[in-house]
Amino acid sequence: MTAPLVSVEGLRVLFKSADRTVHAVNGVDFALQPGEVLGLLGESGSGKSVTLKALLRLLPASRTTLSGKVTVAGHDVLAMDEKALRQYRGGVVSMVFQEPMLAFDPVFTVGDQIAEAVMRHEDVGKDAARARALEMLERVRIPSAKRRLDAYPHEMSGGMRQRAMIALALACKPQLLLADEPTTALDATVQIQILLLLRELQKEFGMAVIFVTHDVGVAVEVSDRMAVMYGGRIVERGSAADVIRRTAHPYPQGLLASTVHGAMRGTRLEAIPGAPPDLSRMPTGCAFAPRCRLADDTCRSVAPPIAALAPGHEAECHQPRLSAV
Amino acid sequence: MSAPVPHEDIGGPAQPLLSIRGLVKHFPIKGGVLNRTVAVVQAVDGIDFDVAKGETLGIVGESGCGKSTTARLLVRLIDPDAGEVLYDGLKIGSQDGLDLREMRRHVQMVFQDSFASLNPRLTIEDSISFAPKVHGLSAAEAKARARELLQQVGLNPNLFVRRYPHELSGGQRQRVNIARALALRPRLVILDEAVSALDKSVEAQVLNLLQDLKAQLGLTYVFISHDLNVVRYMSDRVMVMYLGRVAEIGPVDAIYGNPRHPYTKALLSAMPSMDPDARTQEAPIAGDPPNPINPPAGCRFHTRCPFSEPVCAAKVPDLASVAGDAKHAVACHMNAPGSGHSRIAGAA
Repeated sequence: MTAPLVSVEGLRVLFKSADRTVHAVNGVDFALQPGEVLGLLGESGSGKSVTLKALLRLLPASRTTLSGKVTVAGHDVLAMDEKALRQYRGGVVSMVFQEPMLAFDPVFTVGDQIAEAVMRHEDVGKDAARARALEMLERVRIPSAKRRLDAYPHEMSGGMRQRAMIALALACKPQLLLADEPTTALDATVQIQILLLLRELQKEFGMAVIFVTHDVGVAVEVSDRMAVMYGGRIVERGSAADVIRRTAHPYPQGLLASTVHGAMRGTRLEAIPGAPPDLSRMPTGCAFAPRCRLADDTCRSVAPPIAALAPGHEAECHQPRLSAV
Repeated sequence: MSAPVPHEDIGGPAQPLLSIRGLVKHFPIKGGVLNRTVAVVQAVDGIDFDVAKGETLGIVGESGCGKSTTARLLVRLIDPDAGEVLYDGLKIGSQDGLDLREMRRHVQMVFQDSFASLNPRLTIEDSISFAPKVHGLSAAEAKARARELLQQVGLNPNLFVRRYPHELSGGQRQRVNIARALALRPRLVILDEAVSALDKSVEAQVLNLLQDLKAQLGLTYVFISHDLNVVRYMSDRVMVMYLGRVAEIGPVDAIYGNPRHPYTKALLSAMPSMDPDARTQEAPIAGDPPNPINPPAGCRFHTRCPFSEPVCAAKVPDLASVAGDAKHAVACHMNAPGSGHSRIAGAA
């Protein structure tokens, strides 16, 4: 096995304000091989987006305490200074967001912004950078790409802007792409186009991808491996088939049971009772215990161990039970 | 709680609770130095449908298809440019029909944004009891009703009456919005993306609650969502909208099991697969939905339709019943014998 491209060990993220401390990420470990796609699945407040932003050091330094070890392509991410970060962001690791209007500057054309990113990271002139921008817009299949080089972000439709943002993110051929719910705001018929485009570009460029989503269906469409987050920790991980079909942790089991699909009409949904934990008052023991129907005194007092279920398939639970298939 | 059907049934069980006829809403876009109308957004452009008593009608479609404008027209938050809305046979907003104040006693709405729909300076109790007080209940009676409603939506009144909206989670706030919508004991509730902003585990709780309330109170729902799975779960009949018009309408099993409009088919096959071994290999249609400011002529879907022919660009297809199923109607030239389309259903 080759050395992993990404290695995260014991990542913790705290947000401090005058009156409370929010424990957003509470010890996340994972590794990612080059060219691998990891789907990070979780609900709001599970820590999935914060984990992603920590990998790019995008969190406001004044209010955030980061600890643990994050290595991406040999870079010690948490130890980098501002200068090194500027080369790292966009060059080694790039990110696409849910809202492309926020990723683009509204007063510059899309072509200029992509060209600027290329010139920033590579020793090329303006013409070569413009040529790369055009090539990228064609790669993401924006119709009449040449004309779109001179378009401003607001002149594009939602799906087209999302394609342009992907072009911007991939312009410098990063080794790792971080995708933070990039299709959540899109219509269904456009979402599937963007998911298929990302899958295709991932193969073509051979980059690794961490894809954050709250949508099980979207995660299944893009991921080789999946990790489910709850209360700032990864509670289950494995191949997409392991996590979807041989689910062991009660939280992803409940999440799958409560996700409406196909022929559930006329049956009552098996909702998970209660609400996600308050991250400023994390329970001792398992964070899911207050909502778990299997929880006992051990669950409520002792942090759960990692149970290995199959090679690469793990769940953080005192009493993991494989769901019957 | 009182009897399941709190309101007088005017037209009898066969009379649709809601009838929509030729509803049109265009939004002018002003611009230029003289602030003249430079363009028109054809948000809703001539739609007809009925909602039967006790059913749930689901409305699906992508952004810009007019589903939320339709919802706002139904409760008359905005006025239509043309067409009429009949509530139990009575025309809304006319002299001999039902005035708006009376209509709003019967028809209520729940919105997507649970926070924006509540006044941040009113306690939960004040928010819920506001409408009953306006409609003639004493302060004490209105408070008692607020407590009863909170209980009904699964929130402990003793814990919640004094709280403000920002002290509640998203799921709890949406329960409060549902309680408030029910405060006047309406018969029809319009749910516009009411669960879309909630996490999946909480969404399931609220969907269960909506089903329970419907059964207990004999409610009728118009359930609007972009989530096809949720609409399938909730609805008896489903209406598919595209750029301000009805593309297809019919019983839920017909729409999901035997879709006839190419757009409905595309929407259904655009749903992400839940099976890691059967991932989607090809996008059903290319491109974005066109801008509703200048929608395509003829069939509005023809610019993205794989079966488009000259007739589709020239002529607007009528919404007509599918052969053999009077309840299932589709607006497509391929369903209209004699339209001139080469792929008439059943003929090929």
